[in-house]
Amino acid sequence: MSALLSDRRAVLLLGLLAVLVVAPLGAGDYLLSILITILLQAYLGMAWNVMMGFAGQFSLGHALYVGLGAYAGGALFVHFGTPPLIGAMAGMLVSAVAGTIIGALGFRFKVMGVYFALLTIAFAEFVRVLFDHWGWVGASSGLFLPVSNRATDDIWMLRGSATMFYYVILGMAALGFAFSRSLLRRRIGYYWQAIREDQEAADALGIDVFRLKMIAVVISASMTSLGGLFIAFYNNNLYPESIFSMHRSIELMLGTIIGGIGTLFGPILGAVVLTALGEILTIAGNAIGIDGIKQIAYGVCLMAILILKPGGLWPWLRQRFGLEGGAR
Amino acid sequence: MDATFFLNVTSGGLLTGLVYGLMALGLSVIFGVMRVVNFAHGDMMVVAMYAAFLLFTKLGIEPVPALPLVAGGLFVFGYLLQRFLINRFLGVTEHIQFLLLLSIAMIITNGLLMVFGPDARNIQLDASFESYSIGPLVLDKVRVIAAITAGGVAALLWAFFRYTTTGTAIRACADNPVGARVVGLDVEKLYAVTFGIGAACVGAAGCLLLLLMDVHPHLSSDYTLLGFIIVILGGLGSLGGALLGGILVGLSEALSGVLIAPSLKSMFSFGLLILVLLLRPHGILGKKP
Amino acid sequence: MTAAKGNSPLLSVENVGKSFRGLRAVNAVTFQVPRGDIVALIGPNGAGKTTTFNLIAGALPPSEGRIVLDGADITGLDQARICRAGIGRTFQIVKPFAGLTVEENVMVGALRHDGGDVEKARVEANKILRLLELGDKASHPAQSLTLPDRKRLEVARALATRPKLLLLDEVMAGLRPVECDRMVAILTGLNKETGLTILLIEHVMRAVMALSDHVVVLHHGEKIAEGTPAEVTSHPKVLECYLGEEHE
Repeated sequence: MSALLSDRRAVLLLGLLAVLVVAPLGAGDYLLSILITILLQAYLGMAWNVMMGFAGQFSLGHALYVGLGAYAGGALFVHFGTPPLIGAMAGMLVSAVAGTIIGALGFRFKVMGVYFALLTIAFAEFVRVLFDHWGWVGASSGLFLPVSNRATDDIWMLRGSATMFYYVILGMAALGFAFSRSLLRRRIGYYWQAIREDQEAADALGIDVFRLKMIAVVISASMTSLGGLFIAFYNNNLYPESIFSMHRSIELMLGTIIGGIGTLFGPILGAVVLTALGEILTIAGNAIGIDGIKQIAYGVCLMAILILKPGGLWPWLRQRFGLEGGAR
Repeated sequence: MDATFFLNVTSGGLLTGLVYGLMALGLSVIFGVMRVVNFAHGDMMVVAMYAAFLLFTKLGIEPVPALPLVAGGLFVFGYLLQRFLINRFLGVTEHIQFLLLLSIAMIITNGLLMVFGPDARNIQLDASFESYSIGPLVLDKVRVIAAITAGGVAALLWAFFRYTTTGTAIRACADNPVGARVVGLDVEKLYAVTFGIGAACVGAAGCLLLLLMDVHPHLSSDYTLLGFIIVILGGLGSLGGALLGGILVGLSEALSGVLIAPSLKSMFSFGLLILVLLLRPHGILGKKP
Repeated sequence: MTAAKGNSPLLSVENVGKSFRGLRAVNAVTFQVPRGDIVALIGPNGAGKTTTFNLIAGALPPSEGRIVLDGADITGLDQARICRAGIGRTFQIVKPFAGLTVEENVMVGALRHDGGDVEKARVEANKILRLLELGDKASHPAQSLTLPDRKRLEVARALATRPKLLLLDEVMAGLRPVECDRMVAILTGLNKETGLTILLIEHVMRAVMALSDHVVVLHHGEKIAEGTPAEVTSHPKVLECYLGEEHE
């Protein structure tokens, strides 16, 4: 847009980006790992947001696409030494196919709202058990990526230091943001929001509702799978039990809900709040020796948001600080 | 594998299925009256199982006599939860409501995890090792007791909705909340009672299930999903459908556990949930919304 | 005024019928909507007006008969395809995109044209909003509008799809007489200035009298009369069914 630089939000955004680009210079290992967690959470939240926030299709099974992306990239790398970039394409393809199947079945059979969410959980859990028994990817005992050459950064093979991983996820989050923003400002974004607000009225305006919902699922699934690939190469180990778990699906959307569903900044803000809260509680929990306190706090946080600001923190902040700028 | 073996597995599944049915009944009642999808249902179930566990280990009260206590406790919990929290969310978008119950589920499960740890617990009664033999058929005593009690509680519930004034009033609220308000019913209170009854059903089912299975905190999401499979299969809001669905799921679980690897059993359930969602959105005995 | 393109009617409803599980809601209804005209579909409650409307709009498929728009058979197409064929509709119970602004609501309709160019759609949306006297509320959230404004937003959104035929489902219902007159003025203006063809279902008789060139009367799912407003109101069958209803 021509008014890009006069837009206060654009200034805010560029400032944020600049700080994030130079951050590794001053940040220690611990802070860097937190930043990576935040950016990963933000990226995955943006991916979920395309489907739920923009198009209004409630998925509670996004761990499926995280897992498929992670295993596609991870297994190809372990077995054939395939570069992650190729693995990423494979993961996106597999996730897109999975999303197509779920979407086509759900939308055709008119499984809506909460029932659709249940359908997505059922598929994710189904695939989790499948991977638990699939020997080629290590079944339930897990898949491990060989860790070598941590000293030198090999971006092509995604083997290297935390700083390298930081820049990779920063790039992904920045691109994810730009992509979301451009989607929202195009015809497809308006059509999605129309479907989200009232499917029948959208239909009466000549919008091909089924096709547009399918596109949302496919884009969201593919984006999510890239996050999965990052997790595989960053953590170097994969277990179906954790990568496909419902807890992951829940945590993945939590940030976006707290930040503001359907907004562009919501996933970022939510990721910061959630990760900061999680870290503080983990430290506090370790100090007093109690397990599980983090999850309880997440639950309380979610409940508080739903009671106090069901639209999320960002729309409220935006209003308070006069950052209204046409788009959301 | 011979016929007798199958007969035993089938009857075992059928009896367990009745307990599942009772659990799902609670979910169905809550949905049928308030259109609230209780995503914390399995968590309430696990709470009840732990309550029964504590009553037995600390006070020596066996699960069946403990049932009224646990069900009563859950009733109060459900009543207060609806009255002070969920009630504020009745008119809002479906997914917000769903997320609220998800947050309740997260708090309950992890609360249990903090208090009891992740290990599985179980109880051993004298009856646990006894069984009845009818010809070639061998039935575990506890399973028979659990199933009969579950059937009894379900019958009580049915009679409550059919013959009591409060039960009739709740049915009126379900049919037409505006009309119920117009004729002067205290809809908020009736909703709270309904949620309490739904919770009490799960409480009763939790006591009985402790006779049959171990309990650990991570069971909660499994039971929530199981509850959904059952009620969607039987038809959300239909009481008979919930029992029937429970029996079907109990049967299919028992049979699939024998026919395929036990670890694949859950895949079978999720496959079933997918099919049920796609093919029977109104269930076997449910009505169109 | 009658536009060019010969004398063929814009919409032709031929022997259309609809049964619900054996129950006949609409039976062999035939009528035409000439280009550039405003036609009203009236009748007592349960006459089959809404069903007929839904058959034309594609919300329901007809059990029998043919519906032809501008020479093309549109029988049994779904709602989205019917819209793309050139019919814009409003909903009796308004369905604004509540989370979007008024402008964005109309843009969603306008985005069907100009290759989906957002800025062109924005310009067009504002033009239409001014036409419907909603120009000053363009940036308001749609959920903040009052009922009369929401009704006009429905019309604006449907207009933005550039329909050949505009279907209006009781746009006067719930409006006060003053608001009703304003809507009549807006619609007559649209019809006069752009030659837009309109088919409306209406209960508010004074609006029907003021607006329509032609009136079709349905009763018990069948057409019992048609003609100019004056002809129809003096038609014995029409009097009978309206008066008869009051005695029930």
